Parts: sequence; C-alpha cells; structure tokens
Amino acid sequence: MSADLEALARAGVEAALAAGAGEAEAWCEDTTSRQIRVYDGAVESLSDSGGRGIGIRAFLDGRVGYAYGTDLGPEGLRTIASTAASVAAVADPDEYAGLPEVCGATPVEGLESPAMAGFSTERKVELALAVERAARSRPGVTQVENAVYSDSEGAAAIANSGGFSASYATTRAWAYASAFAGDGEDLMTGLGVGLARDPAALDPEAIGVEAAERALALVGARQPPGRRCPVVLDTFVAASFAGFIGGMLSADSVQRGRSLFAGRQGEEVAGPSFVLVDEGCHPDGPASAPFDGEGSPTRRTSLIEDGRLAGFLYDTRTARKDARETTGNAGRGYRSAPSVGATNLLVQPGHASLAELFAQAGDGLYVTDVAGLHSGVNPVSGTFSVGASGRLIEGGELGAPVREITIAGDLVGMLRDIAAVGSEDRWVPVAGSVRAAPLLLREMAMSGS
Amino acid sequence: MVAPELVERVIARALARGGDLGELYAEDRHGFSVTLDDGRVEDPRAGAERGASVRVVRGEASYFGHVDGTDEASLMKVADSVAQAVRGDERRPAALGAVRVAQGHPVTERPQGVAAARKAELLRECDERARTAGAEVAQVSVGYMEERRLVEVFNSDGLAAADDRTRVRLSAQVVARRNGASGPRVETGTDTRGGHAGFELLSGDPGAVAESAARKALTLLDAVDAPSGRLPVVVGNGFGGVLLHEAVGHGLEADAVQKRASVYAGKLGQQLAAPSVTAYDDGRRTGEWGSDGIDDEGTPTRRTTVIEDGCLTSYLYDLVRARADGVESTGNGRRQSFRHLPVPRMTNTYFAPGEATPEELIAGVQRGLYAVSFGGGQVEPATGDFVFGVSEGYLIEGGRVTAPVRGATLVGNGLEALRAVDGIAGDLRIATGYCGKAGQTVPAGVGQPHVRLAELTVGGTG
Repeated sequence: MSADLEALARAGVEAALAAGAGEAEAWCEDTTSRQIRVYDGAVESLSDSGGRGIGIRAFLDGRVGYAYGTDLGPEGLRTIASTAASVAAVADPDEYAGLPEVCGATPVEGLESPAMAGFSTERKVELALAVERAARSRPGVTQVENAVYSDSEGAAAIANSGGFSASYATTRAWAYASAFAGDGEDLMTGLGVGLARDPAALDPEAIGVEAAERALALVGARQPPGRRCPVVLDTFVAASFAGFIGGMLSADSVQRGRSLFAGRQGEEVAGPSFVLVDEGCHPDGPASAPFDGEGSPTRRTSLIEDGRLAGFLYDTRTARKDARETTGNAGRGYRSAPSVGATNLLVQPGHASLAELFAQAGDGLYVTDVAGLHSGVNPVSGTFSVGASGRLIEGGELGAPVREITIAGDLVGMLRDIAAVGSEDRWVPVAGSVRAAPLLLREMAMSGS
Repeated sequence: MVAPELVERVIARALARGGDLGELYAEDRHGFSVTLDDGRVEDPRAGAERGASVRVVRGEASYFGHVDGTDEASLMKVADSVAQAVRGDERRPAALGAVRVAQGHPVTERPQGVAAARKAELLRECDERARTAGAEVAQVSVGYMEERRLVEVFNSDGLAAADDRTRVRLSAQVVARRNGASGPRVETGTDTRGGHAGFELLSGDPGAVAESAARKALTLLDAVDAPSGRLPVVVGNGFGGVLLHEAVGHGLEADAVQKRASVYAGKLGQQLAAPSVTAYDDGRRTGEWGSDGIDDEGTPTRRTTVIEDGCLTSYLYDLVRARADGVESTGNGRRQSFRHLPVPRMTNTYFAPGEATPEELIAGVQRGLYAVSFGGGQVEPATGDFVFGVSEGYLIEGGRVTAPVRGATLVGNGLEALRAVDGIAGDLRIATGYCGKAGQTVPAGVGQPHVRLAELTVGGTG
C-alpha cells in the first residue's frame, strides 16, 4: 500500500510541475479505521471507514498555493495540481518558503503492529464490552455513558521535486469510557483511557476501572470557599497544561508575537525540576513517524531543561527565518499545508509518589479535571482562569471532593511554582499526545463560594 | 450525483442481513480559504472532496461505513461491509420517491464565481481598517472561507432529498500592545461575520468586522482585573448566546437525554425558568450560519420551541432518537461530513426577544459584570456544570457600565443559570459558532438578546 501511495505522490509532484510550479510537494494518505461504541451491554454503533486523499503544495516565485482532493485518478490529480498552482497567485511572496534542505527518515521501531490484522471485529466488540463491564461493576457507578473501542491502520507518503520520496505505515488502537457516579445534580463523571499499537496491548479492565474511580472520587462534591493554597495537578490535568505550553513553544507562534515565551531563551521559565521534551521518533509515541509533514526526519528536541527555556519547535519556513535547522515539527494531514506543531510531548518524571506529593502539599487542592483551558488562557499574556474539580488535600491526605472552582494565575508564574514532579508518568491521549506526570505547585489562587 | 437506480441497489445491499433503516448519504464538497497575517496574504487553499456513507440502523444499534468517491464499485463495497456487521434477515426497502430538493437559502453572488484576487483584496481592506483603529494595534490576522456542499440523502423508507448549501465567513483577530512600567501589556480582540449565504454577505462594509476586533483589543488594554464571587451578570447579545448553547442546548440533545446523561432528562413540562423565558432551536432561519434546507438525514429543518414561558417543551431529535421516544425528528440529525454518523445537534439556538432594553437591564445592577462576549466555553452535559471565558467584559457599578475587565470566567450550572434569568431585552442577534461534539465540528448559530442573570459565580483574576 505504501509503495502505491509513494507513486501517487510522485505523480502529484509531476502534475504540479507540469502546471507551472517551480517546486512542488505532495502528501498522500490512506487510512482505514473502526469505531465500536457500546452501551448497556450491546453495540450502539459500529463504523468501518476508509479514506484516501492527496494534498499538493505548489511554489511559484516564492508564492505558495495548496489544494487537496479525493479524486486520485489521472484527471483528478491534474485538477488538484493545477488548482494548487493557480491559487498560489493570490498569495504574497514569502522569502522563507520552499522545500526543506535535508529530507530523510528516522527509523522508528514498531510503528505498525502485525497483531492488528489478526484481531476480529467480534473480539474488538468484546473488548469494548469488557471496558463497560469493568466500569459498571464498581459499586456506586450509576451509568456508563460511553465505552468506545477505536483503531486505525494508515499509510502516508510524501514526494517532492527535489527528488525525495518516502512512506510509512502505522497502526493504533485505543479505548475509553465515561462513567457516572451519583445522581441528579450530584452526578459526577470520570474518564478512563488506554492507547496502544494494537488491541491485544490494551487492558480493558484497567480502562473501565479508571473511569469508575475517577467518577467515584468526586461523588458528593461541593463548592469550597476560595483561597490561595498548594495545588497538585493530576496526570491528566498536567498533560492538558503541557499540551497547551507545547503549542506556545511553536516557532510560528513565537515569530508572530503570539507566545509569551518569545525572546526568553535561556531564561528560567519553570521550577528547576521541570523538563519538557518533544520527541517525534519515540517508539511508544502515538504521534511518532519517521519524517514530518515536509519530509524532514523526526528527532528529539529539548524545550525546557531544568526549568530553563531551551528551544522552540520549527518547520522549514520558521527555521529559515531564524537561520537555523528545522526540528522536524511540520504537522500535516492531506487537507492542510504543513504547519508547526508538537509531536509527542514528554514531561520527565520526578521521584515523588502521589502520596508524597500530597504530604508535601499539606493543606491544598488536588485537581483532577479542568474545563475551558482553551478559552480560559490568554496565549499572549499567559493569564488564565479555568474551571476545575477534584479533591481537597487535608493534613497531607486526600479529603472532601470539590467542584465549580476556578483556578487562576499566569502560566509562567505557575511553571515557576512547580515544587516537585511526580514519578508516576503515563501517556494521556486526550490533549494531543503527551506523556505527563503529576505536578506539585507551591501556590495557586482558587475561587469558590 | 448518484443515479436513483444505483441508490436502490446500494440500500438493498446494505439491508441484505436486515435492519430497520438503510441509508445512503452522498456529498460533493468544495471549499476555498485564504488568510492574511502580518500584512501578508498567505495559505490560499482549495479543496474538493466527494464521498458517501452507508448506515444501517437495527434496534438500538447503528452500523456505518464511508468511502471516498461515489462510483458504483465503492458504494457497493461499503454497503457490503456494513451489511456484514448486521445479524438478521434481509429486509426489502421501500421504493425511492422522487428527489425532493430542499427549499434553500438565498445566494445572490456565488463565492466560487468571485475572483480569488477580490477575496485577497477584502483581507487587505480589513487589515487596513484594523490598523487605523489605533496606534497600539500590533498585529492583525484575517481569515476568509467559503464552502459549498451538495448533499443527497436516501433511505429505505423511500426518502430522497437533496440540499445545496453555501456558507461564507470572515473572521478577524487583532492584538493590541502597550509598553508600560511593569512590562508590555498585550490583549486580543476577535470578531466574525458569517452565514448560510453567498459573497453578498460581505458586500456591506466588511472592514467593520476588523475594526470591531481592533476596538475590543484596544479597550482591553485599559482593563482591570476581574472581580471574583457571586455577582449579577448581564450577558451581551449575539455571541453571548453561547451560554445558552453550552449550558442548556447540549443537555436537550436527545442522545444525552436518553442515556440519562443530561440534567434535563425527565424534566419535560417542568418550569425551569421565569415565565418571561422562551428559547428556540431554529434551523430554518433565513441565511443564518446554522441553517440548512434539510438536516443530514433528509428531514426538513424547522423551528423547535425548547423552552416556552419558562417550561421545558422539547428535546432535539434525529431519526434514531425520535423513534426511540415515539416522536418525529425535529430536523437536528447533523453530521460534519460523509465521514461521520449523524447525531442530534443544535442548528441556531437562541432566547426569544423580550421587552426590556439593554440599558434597563444594566440599570438594575448595583455591582456586577457585563459579559459582552465569550472566548469559548465548555459544559459537562451530564451535570450541567459549565465554564466560560469572558473575552470582552466590563464592571457594572451603580447601574452603569464602567471599567473593562480581563480574565473573567463564569462558572455555574445550566439549571441554576436558567433559574437566574431575570431580564431579557429585545435586541436579538445571532453569531457564528463552531460546535464540537462526538469528534465532529459543525457550524452552529448562537444568539440571544441581552439577558440578565440575577447571580452567577464569577472567577476573576483579582
């Protein structure tokens, strides 16, 4: 399948050059995916989907045009290629635009699992049902709104007029459940997730139990009085913040003056125990690939090292503007031109267990859910105010559940306030692809009643 | 797009192993977008996609597959693969009716017929307008997008329907910067104009969109920290309606209700708000952003009264959930594209206008917050708990609007917020939103006149 796609991408490039492009690049994808949603012990929906498309980037005298489509016959390809070349005329010239100087692929082990093919639909349905049963079997769980199994097998290929072409195939399987505990206006919800390269590597019991326990931990939650106190962010919440910070470390945001990290390289932007890395070639990373959306090899990029701002994420265009090398962070789907983004973000785990973080916090708040992160944070100034729920920490131990709280501050202030990073790290696939660990913050403002 | 004879064979094949409903949905989609950033026109992007999906509903279960392309081989293959998942006896579909073309929304000037250069010119005009709004305007980005979707829906009950949908949208984001003693102060303002309409929507003073975004950013430079605590809140018209959309509307979608995953489950007929409160979901409203001729299951769109004189009167249904409740679909079965299963979704959701003026609502507040617009929001439908970031807000002191505030959030619960509504003005306006649910994003109109809530938790930064 990959070889066909590569040939298609090369044909796309030829068509764009024939349509008048000076340089051209084509990206092709072919994906099949399945989603099984169960409810109340039975299948609620079963989807089986396939899709194939191409996106072509045409460069004409520094102007860049983009077109994509799903008609991959010779005539269809010609139409897409000539559209890309013709829409380029409306763009202003961009002195930094162009193909990457260096193309290549970083070997990544195990992107594609052979076990995927041998797993029947029936067994996948059974897996989703097992997730639901595990969540329901916990006393106090009143409902499991959704138990979902999903997987995808995909191939991607790139070709450009510099003579480069490459492709890869990847498989993914994941499952999640949303459990309810309590009733009426006291109802609380909890999410459990798991992610792997194939369904055999998923643990349905653990996913269901996680959903149940996250909901049960919040039953009877009330709005507490507001105050300033130490805060522990659980792994899910830490991952949400890390994902948001990763977005602000894109060189594109920085160069366009939309990042509070602009001009701060080398400065202390976080507590000394905080280390953040982007790694597009991590063997377990959900977003791993041998090359990025422009054909640059993926790699490991240090972003925050021992609390100091170490670097940004670059694609070819932003790298040229800063006279440096790309970090292989051009994100891509066939429907959109490459743009800078994080691949897999990793927060380096520390040494304290969760119980030790609570003990260090003394009296404070354990946040297990935040809402409105993307609307509640000003990406330029970094001030934020988001809704939260979780548990109080009383005398170093977990206390009463709380909800309808807002936590507020500014992002750099918050990062600098990181007193310790927990040891229990894991992949959290809810906010991009992040491997995170719990974080202890010295103090945050929480407002309640 | 798809010949009726082929449609009948595809649906018959899909029902080869049974099912209560077999459906073919086909779509031809063309889009174009271009942006301006830092004075440069960039990222012109054109797309063309054609594809179809097949769905079989049997009992409580839906079986679904989609494919790029609408040729016979692809359609039969996807019908086969869907049928394979069903366990039952073959069902014979009803004969297809003649294709009923939905009554569309007026499009005077087809965006596809307008030269790309003119669209780029529009962006430059917006850039210029934003920059002349004030010396502290530091960055301007403007986006233009157009889309045409030709949709056809056929099902085993004999339904054959088609809709021709054109949307355009212009959006502006402006950053204002001021250097002060304690470092630079940076604020952002946004505004949009969009509709189910043609390029004519942007013929009357499109620069006003950019100027309005610039004014918001400039105003925020003088903003003080937001207050915290329980306060009266007056919510602005237009995009202020996102509060209704998130905190009430999602809980009225019948999938959430039937799974008891909504605080509004079992509350039909109950008084949830003051008698002055009426609210609609209206997919027919001419030219609005969330309007269509039919929904994505072929049901004609309509106006549904969800709250009448404070009483909960209806949920929002697609075909599957309507059948489960023994009612008719309300025309809310929507999907992002042929790649997605339809689910109950809002179209344009808004509070009906009342008698008051915005000034009267504000005059009744001693100390409170005037939340003109939101940066977005999130709600947990099962509990009704919501959070909204206020993107443009002001203090209300002594019945008058005073200083702008920054960083305010509204935190609360949908039922509590409905009970708290104690005043509605007459200035209804509908704004353009994108609504995400079940991994799908669809255009949704959010709107309302000015509305006052007697008390709500405001999470501030001060």
